[in-house]
Amino acid sequence: MAETVLMKGNEVIGEAAIIAGCRYYFAYPITPQNEIPAYMALRLPRIGGTFLQAESELAAINMVFGASAAGARVMTSSASPGISLKQEGISYLSGAELPAVVVNMVRGGPGLGNIAGSQGDYFQATRGGGHGDYRTIVLAPASVQELADLTVEAFDLADQYRMVVVLLGDGYLGQMSESLKLPEPSGKEFDKSSWALTGASGRAPHIVYSLRLSPEPALEEVNLRLQAKYREIEKNEVRFDTYRSKDAEYLLVGFGTSARICKAAVNILRREGIKAGLFRPITLWPFPSLAIERAAGSIKKVLAVEMNAGQMLEDIRLALWTSTSSSRNVVIDFCGRTGGMIPDVDEIVERVRNYEK
Amino acid sequence: MRNEDADVKLVYSMPESLVDRPNHYCPGCGHGIIHKLLTQAIDELEIREKTIFIAPVGCSVLAYFYIDVDGCEAAHGRAPAVATGLKRVHKDKVIISYQGDGDLLAIGTAETIHAANRGENITVIFVNNAIYGMTGGQMAPTSLASQKTKTSPYGRDPADVGQPIRACELLNTLEAPVFIERCAVNNVKNILKTRKAIKKVVQNQVLNIGYSFVEILSMCPTGWGMTPQRAVEWIDEAMIPYYPLGNFRKKESDHV
Ligand SMILES: Cc1ncc(C[n+]2csc(CCOP(=O)(O)OP(=O)(O)O)c2C)c(N)n1
Ligand code: SF4
Repeated sequence: MAETVLMKGNEVIGEAAIIAGCRYYFAYPITPQNEIPAYMALRLPRIGGTFLQAESELAAINMVFGASAAGARVMTSSASPGISLKQEGISYLSGAELPAVVVNMVRGGPGLGNIAGSQGDYFQATRGGGHGDYRTIVLAPASVQELADLTVEAFDLADQYRMVVVLLGDGYLGQMSESLKLPEPSGKEFDKSSWALTGASGRAPHIVYSLRLSPEPALEEVNLRLQAKYREIEKNEVRFDTYRSKDAEYLLVGFGTSARICKAAVNILRREGIKAGLFRPITLWPFPSLAIERAAGSIKKVLAVEMNAGQMLEDIRLALWTSTSSSRNVVIDFCGRTGGMIPDVDEIVERVRNYEK
Repeated sequence: MRNEDADVKLVYSMPESLVDRPNHYCPGCGHGIIHKLLTQAIDELEIREKTIFIAPVGCSVLAYFYIDVDGCEAAHGRAPAVATGLKRVHKDKVIISYQGDGDLLAIGTAETIHAANRGENITVIFVNNAIYGMTGGQMAPTSLASQKTKTSPYGRDPADVGQPIRACELLNTLEAPVFIERCAVNNVKNILKTRKAIKKVVQNQVLNIGYSFVEILSMCPTGWGMTPQRAVEWIDEAMIPYYPLGNFRKKESDHV
């Protein structure tokens, strides 16, 4: 039985990666996730791993590309501006179908923005982010415990599907200290011998590439295969959580730090006899569209709460407002703050109280 | 080597590591010669089964189809970073980063300098053809002053866009590289020297000596708008005077 420890969110990501068997980490410093590289710099050299501070995020993500092509479990982390720089590399990883874990502890934007927590990178994370038709699995933890658990899971998902998995946290989660039980490694094994670059000894050469010039449909064939994989992931890997939502008339929808605020609001509202509940997507892609549609069946109103100007809101609309769904008439309201500000519990409570009037 | 059936001596054969298939390079292009020299070195050092070759974005992007070893693509300019990732995982493998001038000295300048400065134990083969071949002949960081290209139609004006960059001299300011040499492949004498240098930069890695760099002045008749014959001469007339051939750095390992 794992013991309970008190740790800071960012450090937990590093420790969980090590538990998952990650021994290679390449990154460039940026606030508010600097505890991750510092933790890896301390730990990895002592356990036979490699920590390397790259000259830029461009270099870091391409070092990740090399280590992944070599068959290793590898991670990089950054915050918003650095993740923007990594998008080219994430697209190449996706085209070459290489597994990697990319952590984004989102900060306020656009531009240099600020160093407070934010959820402003939801679009970028859930729509691929770089060029071309691709997706990344996006995991959104809401507690330090979940940072640990989802980090371990991220490595398995990356290896299983040979793709990039993004852990989308925010500056607040990274800086938060909470008690947690450190996870166990999953013990799952993934055979990379059919594609990893290990030297063509006793086999034909392996080539890791994403350029497909000819014959003509070659690139489309790859795209179709990727899309088939994405459909499978949409079927099998959706994760979400609900809280007091069974008999709810008002459904708050939030992920990550926003969901914590929603939970507090639900508790206050329930004490007042107002039937509020929470739906919390854990995978932002694949988005739990079906689950949210089901949860909204008897709902009077949905309130999306985000630390952005309404990005997940669009996915909720897509999920609920399909012409065939029974939820197509559900009213969706939005409450959000931007620029590193956090939605206020009282404001959310007041908003829902007003629905009753 | 002797052929048993007939009393003839085999004096030349294709390198075993060079794949016998038509390539996409233009007539008179230097890339093919350099591929041959590299595969000869791989054969001679008997490292075919432990070599990982990184093709850059540029005319040589498909080189992994011509060299019979594990191959990896890198985004434009990022080959030294990809090489770093590969080498940090496989310390016993031979990682070769093959790059053009746009790749190595424009978009990838930071990766070039920092991989060299860290002294990554990798081999970098820099093909300097003073132009962007793949995209149709635009100005490169190594295009010569007054050289006409698609994007310097009046000739490169150093007052406007700077002087061409000399990679060997630049890297020679760093502590870590153990070998830096500039060669050319425009005539037999220079090719033989290049052959030796390529073997050296690969061997250094096999022996764990450290970061080794060879720059090769190479013909791009298509990009230069010249016949193959004229291109060979242009290297002597225009390139070598600005990019002097020779060794800049040669550190031997203490224990070899
Ligand atoms: C990010 C990015 N920018 C631009 C390009 C377009 N591009 C492809 S090759 C190339 C230049 C190649 O020149 P060089 O590195 O000198 O190699 P050569 O083709 O001459 O061998 C450029 C600009 C690209 N593929 N990716
Ligand atoms: S464009 Fe130049 S570098 Fe490219 S293949 Fe042709 S000759 Fe060679």
